Amino acid sequence: MNALSDSIVITKRQLLQLARVPEVLIFSTIQPVMFVLLFRYVFGGSIATGQPGGYVQLLMPGIFVQTVAFTLAATASGLAEDMKKGLIDRFRSLPIARSALIVGRTLGDSLLNIVVLAVMGAAGFIVGWRPTSGLFSVALAFLFLLFFGYALSWVGIYIGLSARDARVVQNVSFLVTFPLTFLSNAFAPTTGMPRPLQYVAEWNPVSTMVAACRQLFGLENEFGATAGSFPSENPLTMSLIYMAIIMIIFVPMSVKKYQNASN
Amino acid sequence: MKSVIAENLVKTYNKGNVKALDGLTLDVEEGTVLSVLGPNGAGKTTTVRILATLLSPDSGRANVGGIDVIQHPEKVREIIGLSGQYAAVDETLTGWDNLVMFGRLYHLNKKAAIKRADELLERFSLTDSAKRPIKTYSGGMRRRLDLAASLIVQPKVLFLDEPTTGLDPRGRLEMWGVIEELVKGGVTLLLTTQYLEEADQLADDIVVIDHGKVIARGTSDALKKEVGGERLEVVVEQSNISKTLEIVSRVSGNKATLDEGLRRISAPVSNGSISLMEVLRSMDSEGIHALDVGLKRPSLDDVFMSLTGHAAEVEEVKK
Repeated sequence: MNALSDSIVITKRQLLQLARVPEVLIFSTIQPVMFVLLFRYVFGGSIATGQPGGYVQLLMPGIFVQTVAFTLAATASGLAEDMKKGLIDRFRSLPIARSALIVGRTLGDSLLNIVVLAVMGAAGFIVGWRPTSGLFSVALAFLFLLFFGYALSWVGIYIGLSARDARVVQNVSFLVTFPLTFLSNAFAPTTGMPRPLQYVAEWNPVSTMVAACRQLFGLENEFGATAGSFPSENPLTMSLIYMAIIMIIFVPMSVKKYQNASN
Repeated sequence: MKSVIAENLVKTYNKGNVKALDGLTLDVEEGTVLSVLGPNGAGKTTTVRILATLLSPDSGRANVGGIDVIQHPEKVREIIGLSGQYAAVDETLTGWDNLVMFGRLYHLNKKAAIKRADELLERFSLTDSAKRPIKTYSGGMRRRLDLAASLIVQPKVLFLDEPTTGLDPRGRLEMWGVIEELVKGGVTLLLTTQYLEEADQLADDIVVIDHGKVIARGTSDALKKEVGGERLEVVVEQSNISKTLEIVSRVSGNKATLDEGLRRISAPVSNGSISLMEVLRSMDSEGIHALDVGLKRPSLDDVFMSLTGHAAEVEEVKK
């Protein structure tokens, strides 16, 4: 299994990078924690919920999903950076599996997500987040979040390899992730949106993920489900379908793109 | 035996609008050094990228170490080393980290990868900076580390794409020393460069390429002969121009040319220093004072001038 061991070498490289430049890890955890605090204390007071424990219960799943969705940007810019430096050329001239570099990077970014989610979970707990569903369901929710981040990092691979300039990558990834995370039930009820947007928000994979996590954390998903659509009724199933679709489309596309990559 | 063969390589970019290679043909004899000499945009990097399996040609054939590059790129990758124009190493990691990582990717076990990294760092005088991030390295150190990374498993064929471009004179000399050591070890090397001097110093054979085609091939001596070797140049006062033209033409045996604006008279000479002394002696006996005088070695521009009739155009090819 050379392909796998090659990928692991690449993943280790990313961990080593974090060890050499710990600031990266520090700031990639500070940012989501900052979001937790801002949303909790800025919006928390004015958004009414019937939920015991208040807004923070609904907020945390939303912020978890938003954070893992940003994996897309991290993966994309990391890869674009490697392209710019000519590192991709070196890797492609080595006798290793062509998929190793990109598989290694997606795995590395998922490992980083584990750390980030753990820190966020702790921060959430401090400000009052209390999942009520039991250990197994909570663990399942986090596994779900990791998979979602993993699937999206394949989109990031494609963006990172497609962009001609590393500076564009950051912009493009935020252009994808920002509307995706805000046009959803993550932070506010979708019922306040204009009718057409409500449908978009309900079918948005971020919404189904958030709803699925809320269920797994033992909450009612009261920020959506106005239109009674399939995704809002079956968020878990729908999220799994979305992840599968993303992977089925972007894994082969990214691998092909990588094979023909030239900077 | 030929270790590298490229036949009629054609590569276009931007849907055929930019022709990077236009029927390029070259070969490298096993154990020798071939230098591919040309200006920016001539197709040097594209040639290396095709031979190193990073790019497929639109048409043509390429063979490295007896293996077809297009049919079996994965086998070619096992026997080549590539060191590119931009030092392709991970800047956030240390030199040691990088070499161990690449060793692991060449499927050395952990112990062997560490041993090899230490050896290479020692060999390229990088032991002292082994544990520092590459970010802190000088340009020359980076290039040496990049080269070391391409030598983890002794490659049969080594490709160096402009190994000294962007280095200061000291870095360039160090790099030359390192490459000369390698060549003594018997590696087959294809090296691209913009500097005739570099090709002259390092290569057995030189091919000159322009607009994606080989326009001349030979040893550096043969090429220089073609270019006309050294030129004698002398700058004089306006009033002495016609007499000096006569002297230079007579001594060199070639018709001297005049750059009127610079009042510079020049002619190709075969025995540089002797001609120089003779010209000065003749000028002295005529009472002509030389404002500036010297021998100019042929540059890439001169090679291009004499081979193509136009100067080496520096144009950026969109990659």
